[in-house]
Amino acid sequence: MQPIVKIQSLSKVYQGGQQALKAIDLDINEGEILALLGPNGAGKTTLISIICGIVSGSSGSISVAGHDIVSDYRVTRGLIGLVPQELTLGAFDTVWNTVNFSRGLFGKKPNPAYLEQLLKDLSLWDKRDSELRALSGGMKRRVLIAKALSHEPRILFLDEPTAGVDVELRQDMWRLVRRMNDSGVTIILTTHYIEEAEEIADRVGIINGGELLLVDDKHRLMRKLGKKVLQIELKHSIDELPAALADYNLEATEDGRHLVYTYDTDRERTGITALLQTLNELGLSLKDIKTSQSSLEEIFVKLVSSR
Amino acid sequence: MINYQAIRVIYKYEMLRAWYTLLQTLAAPVISTSLYFVVFGAAIGSRIQEVEGVSYGVFIVPGLVMLSLLTQSIANASFGIFFPKFTGTIYEVMSAPLSFFEIVVGYVGAAASKSLILGLVILLTANLFVDLHIAHPLIMLLFLVLTCISFALFGFIIGLWATNFEKLQLIPMLVITPLVFLGGSFYSVNMLPPAWQTVTLFNPVLYLISGFRWSFFEVADVSVGISLAMISLFLLVCLALVWWMFKTGYRLKQ
Repeated sequence: MQPIVKIQSLSKVYQGGQQALKAIDLDINEGEILALLGPNGAGKTTLISIICGIVSGSSGSISVAGHDIVSDYRVTRGLIGLVPQELTLGAFDTVWNTVNFSRGLFGKKPNPAYLEQLLKDLSLWDKRDSELRALSGGMKRRVLIAKALSHEPRILFLDEPTAGVDVELRQDMWRLVRRMNDSGVTIILTTHYIEEAEEIADRVGIINGGELLLVDDKHRLMRKLGKKVLQIELKHSIDELPAALADYNLEATEDGRHLVYTYDTDRERTGITALLQTLNELGLSLKDIKTSQSSLEEIFVKLVSSR
Repeated sequence: MINYQAIRVIYKYEMLRAWYTLLQTLAAPVISTSLYFVVFGAAIGSRIQEVEGVSYGVFIVPGLVMLSLLTQSIANASFGIFFPKFTGTIYEVMSAPLSFFEIVVGYVGAAASKSLILGLVILLTANLFVDLHIAHPLIMLLFLVLTCISFALFGFIIGLWATNFEKLQLIPMLVITPLVFLGGSFYSVNMLPPAWQTVTLFNPVLYLISGFRWSFFEVADVSVGISLAMISLFLLVCLALVWWMFKTGYRLKQ
């Protein structure tokens, strides 16, 4: 399938000489939720801003739904909605006016019924006549989302959507993101919170220092880079590891009650069956078994520090 | 394909903004113009008698209208585009499917409309103070419209160029106000010593006020054709400058 956004060797050097992006290649598939993960200053916002037309790229090309973002900008920008990182809103407009303004700006005919439903979905309908400056930070964030969705975009960019957002709004937002996604909208969000990427994304891209280190399916990424750990709790403690277990990647804890087995889920054979059999043969009785997996956070730290 | 919806909403919400600040956009210029009438027209004008066969109180009307029109066109348009830049809301305009054409028509069109309305209101106000006859109403309207559009464009350029509030005020205060005052708003150029008459010919505002005054009294410092040519030239220069600014993304795109 043709990717909905295709980025080819995109670089950006700002006027001061700062290289924000280094030859980024990225395909974004239609209908997916992609999380761009990276520390502050990694180039996430620059990448999004170029796709949306706010910043010009220095070299490389981007197409959206098969249209070039420079020569065919009217088509590509009409397909995109952007929720910016900063709470940038006018002061004296009302909520209702500002979403109508956004819709018109993107060339769509007025549609009060659609906007009414949108504001209701975002719990903004009661605030429709409020001036923007009178709203709380969380409400402003909702208004920005409403503005981005006002022209019914096919692709939604959320730049650090949960920065300074409370738990309730965060959950509301993820619900909305999932619902948008279910209706076919492609969603790209940036974050430096790993749990967020882990919670919501289908695929995760990791950016650091203007480079896209890797992009992969979230589960595959965790499988590929994540080691799994099997913790075995013994009924009776042992003084030292029996010789028969020396071949396994196994460690005993200091108190002799736990054995920790590290294995790779990606391998053909994990060795778990054999290990358990050996333990059985040795007459060691087990009290409990627990497995755990390295989180995206550990993967991320490993990737970033290895560069 | 032109994004008409975008022009509509930009125009509408810029006009709406004027409505919120009605006192500032309409009442303030009308009051200050009335003060000019009282001071120059009534107090001083009663001693001056006639200029070029027109009573002084009536003679200054076109200049006063132009004074307000120029300053308000610039102020309206420069603020209209500077403020979204200042607050950051410009991101939305930049990411929308718009060309420079729609943005300019929306913002400059609204600013020009506002100052056109203001100009007409000031004319009506003037009519309360003096007995006004307009010899060529259509040409007068043409001058009004051309002036509103070109100086709104000029204000738009200032708004794009300005990076802070100080710069926003700089050109209107230091350049436009002196040019308007020295451009014959309150006097005929013939009243100046010959050397200063020559200097004044380099002031573009002179051509505006002269042509505009001609449409009222058929009295002018320079011929009305030259006046029209000058204002049209200024309009084209401003258009070219705005086009270049959008083409290069000047102060808008990094």
